[in-house]
Amino acid sequence: MFVARSIAADHKDLIHDVSYDFHGRRMATCSSDQSVKTHSGSVWRVTWAHPEFGQVLASCSFDRTAAVWEEIVGESNDKQRGLSHWIKRTTLVDSRTSVTDVKFAPKHMGLMLTTCSADGVVRIYEAPDVMNLSQWSLQHEISCKLSCSCISWNPSSSRAHPPMFAVGSDDSNVTYGGKVQIYEYNENTRKYAKAETLMTVTDAVHDIAFAPNLGRSFHVLAIATKDVRIFKLVPMRKESTSTGPTKFEVQIVAQFDNHNSQVWRVSWNITSTLLASSGDDGCVRLWKANYMDNWKCTGILKGDGSPLSGSSGQPTAMSTVVGSSVHTSQNALNGMSAGRYFFPPLDLPRAGTRYGHLLPPSSLIEHCDAEPIQPQQQPLPHRHSSRALLPLPEAEGQ
Amino acid sequence: MEEVDVEPAITNIPAASAGTHLGFAWGPGDILVYETLYKASGAIGSGCPCIHEVRKDEDIYSPILRKLFNESHHIFVGLQTIGEDLPSKNKKPQFVSISKNYRSVIRACMEELQQVVSILLAIELIWNLCEVLFIDAAPAGSLLLHLLDWVRLHKADVDEKAREVLQSESPAEHHDYWNVVVSYVLQGRLEEARQMLVKQATLQPAARSMYKLMDTLLSKMPFYNPGGTQTLTEFDVKWRHWHEEVDRCLQDNSFASNKHLEVICKILVGDEDTLLEHKDLLSTWYHFLVTRLLFCHPTVKPTELHYYAQSCLTMFLDSRSVPEPLDSILLAAFEFDIHQVIKDCSIALNNWWFVAHLTDLLDHCKLLQSHNLHFGSNLREFLLLEYASGLFTHHSLWQLAVDYFDHCPEFGRVYLELQIERVPLDTERKALKVLRICEQRQMSEQVRSICKIMAMRALRNNRLGSALSWSIRAKDAAFATLISEKFLQDYCARGTFSDLDLIDNLGPAMLLSDRLTFLGKYREFHKLYGEKRSGEAAKLLLSLMTAKIAPRSFWMTLLTDALPLLEQKEVIFSADQTHELMFCLEELTSLNTTDEDTELTKVELLRLALARNLARAIVKEGTVEA
Repeated sequence: MFVARSIAADHKDLIHDVSYDFHGRRMATCSSDQSVKTHSGSVWRVTWAHPEFGQVLASCSFDRTAAVWEEIVGESNDKQRGLSHWIKRTTLVDSRTSVTDVKFAPKHMGLMLTTCSADGVVRIYEAPDVMNLSQWSLQHEISCKLSCSCISWNPSSSRAHPPMFAVGSDDSNVTYGGKVQIYEYNENTRKYAKAETLMTVTDAVHDIAFAPNLGRSFHVLAIATKDVRIFKLVPMRKESTSTGPTKFEVQIVAQFDNHNSQVWRVSWNITSTLLASSGDDGCVRLWKANYMDNWKCTGILKGDGSPLSGSSGQPTAMSTVVGSSVHTSQNALNGMSAGRYFFPPLDLPRAGTRYGHLLPPSSLIEHCDAEPIQPQQQPLPHRHSSRALLPLPEAEGQ
Repeated sequence: MEEVDVEPAITNIPAASAGTHLGFAWGPGDILVYETLYKASGAIGSGCPCIHEVRKDEDIYSPILRKLFNESHHIFVGLQTIGEDLPSKNKKPQFVSISKNYRSVIRACMEELQQVVSILLAIELIWNLCEVLFIDAAPAGSLLLHLLDWVRLHKADVDEKAREVLQSESPAEHHDYWNVVVSYVLQGRLEEARQMLVKQATLQPAARSMYKLMDTLLSKMPFYNPGGTQTLTEFDVKWRHWHEEVDRCLQDNSFASNKHLEVICKILVGDEDTLLEHKDLLSTWYHFLVTRLLFCHPTVKPTELHYYAQSCLTMFLDSRSVPEPLDSILLAAFEFDIHQVIKDCSIALNNWWFVAHLTDLLDHCKLLQSHNLHFGSNLREFLLLEYASGLFTHHSLWQLAVDYFDHCPEFGRVYLELQIERVPLDTERKALKVLRICEQRQMSEQVRSICKIMAMRALRNNRLGSALSWSIRAKDAAFATLISEKFLQDYCARGTFSDLDLIDNLGPAMLLSDRLTFLGKYREFHKLYGEKRSGEAAKLLLSLMTAKIAPRSFWMTLLTDALPLLEQKEVIFSADQTHELMFCLEELTSLNTTDEDTELTKVELLRLALARNLARAIVKEGTVEA
């Protein structure tokens, strides 16, 4: 693998989350930098809704809120015609503590947003009218008894699988052993009920991800805790009289401690053939199963410790951006962090920033367009026993 | 089957400091990586965070290899459709021909691409050997001939050297002359060797008898003729006789005075040491292998190959050199360990193209199953899925991938469903292309989803006509209703319709939603009115209200539309119709409690017009025509 290009993110501070949209054309980033005010605390996560609902983003933050953003195409006056900007449609303020994760439910359930908070409550909101994103109703409030850190929906839209999500907890409380809970929707009671607790996961869980279903009858769940774990949840046959949640047979498929430290994120690729994990060791590891269903690590991405060369001039461009887009009124937010969004120049060129706009000015875009940062070319490390094939002597003759 | 543990490759990400965490996000064909710190709130990071896009070293972005993918796609599809009813015996020539097609595609690409030539050469070399051993499955006798062809094909520098020598002033005195002759002999190209030797012979009339003897030996070497009447045993006998004759010449020191001819004689008798002395001319251990077999054991059986291969490899490489990946792949092929060949190729080569296509072909030849691999077809599918998934990330090659998924019976469809809905719908044309693919495969959910996405996008950009046609295609009644509402609001605001063409030609699609039906009918009313077909227009207008097609909110507008019809010179609305209109008006006003002046004036105006019309209608209907 190689670094194809590097994009200067328009943040002055740490990036907490990056999310590609459904088609991989745009990305959203969130951070703790001091720029245009969106949240008043570090923004932890950002996520896109399915494009069937338009261009919609949700974010969650340390400031105890989750927010929903929508992109609208300007038409108010001629200058704005065809240009789009993002506006915050709603702020969800039900949580008493930091909102640690925000995820949209699978699209076949409608436009539903789920948040989980440090106070152990999972909230599920629904927007009954897709055209009016300022109206969200709180449909479910589920108390998990443990501080929640992450949430993941089962993407399966099969009729055999009722809606289901998993919640992970980083609570240090040892009384409640299992740190991963699975909740399932019950058609009869119209509520979510706990179906399973993974008792073998006793350490703090930082991230959790259901794999895309691929038409299988069972579910695959990846967990980021003190190591990387992959579980298989096999639904057991329900008797016709049973009205409770599905019982699952829980099997551990793989467990990797290669990070040798806390694992913070796990995520599946589209076809659930690759799992990526990121850990305290500063590496991203890629995991793959072969056709025999044996999992192993197939790649490592590692920070090499070399600072970026200043020759590309990026730092200068960055400060220009910050200077022009921060208004003095916002500077009053000393000590407060804010979130900001950045869209790479894959979209139509924009005219410029304006207050409330979340876009970098064209000078930065041009800079990004021209020359991506060229990192020092590290020689690609070759695999242990399989170097590229040597040229055959016939090569000269050909 | 034991899997050799290969250490995963490490990719370095330029980062300001080691010791931070790496965040990541999956993209369509890449993974975004950025510096972060988990569980740190308000941490002040370094000045300019960067997001890095990391991709696999796949060569799919090379334009030349794109040609390879395109051409091989045709061959692949053709292979899948080879008739199942034919017995395997009859299919073999077809499989061999397909194998040759693949190879010719590789060679065609090689001609255009210099840098990747070495990899392609290796691929072609391996593929060729696999064709000889597995697909053509040559038996003893022909096996050696095929292997000879194989070596000759991949050692073409001999001809170049020969050309150079022959074009020189005095070929026989060229410094490379003997190298060329020996090379010919090593490759079993004895006819050409003889022709070269003639030139030397003419220069040395004194040694004429010696050259004559060599010429005789060379001409008499038996080569197995697979199509002939001679059996293998008979050939073997004949060959041994010849071999003994050559050996006798050696023992007699017939060529002692000419060291070159002596060398050739030793080669003919298969002397290993002499062969090894010409490593530079052989250049590879597999050339050595084939030459050795040619002059020691031309009736070699396929099952005996691996023994010779292993020993040749060991003999050829000196103690310092390490076997290359290519070597182990070829060795695995000689051992008929197809699985190992595939595995080693997967590791050594950067993309899945080669293993996917070769494995597919081998699977069709029923070779994977015959080796007792219960995961035979799974392996084929696994590799094809990997290859096709890689193609899907490319903006134009993704269309090739569709056929590959189609021929993966177990997971192909679901992979296609997952991948195709991620194809960016940049243009309407691309969206239609994607749609066609989904419709052909009855992927109704994907069709609906794509249409919905396009409809939503059009709506957000205020292109109501486009949004409407997409929601009709998506069969999304709710959305169609929404858009029809917008059309109607538009009309109320501006007094005209946009996208008339679309609304006029709705056809049966009109029935998708009530609001849409109303929109269509309302437009029809306007058309009728415009064409002065007042009677029909009037009837339609009334029915819109009485049949409850029109939403209540729109009735005022409809009644206002009726005004010009009421005030025409001739009576258009009949008495009954007028009664109905009055009834509608009353129904409307009884609900509305608005005291807006404009509203009241309008109502008054309508009442007046209706009353007047009623009077005229009654008179008209009461009048007896004279």
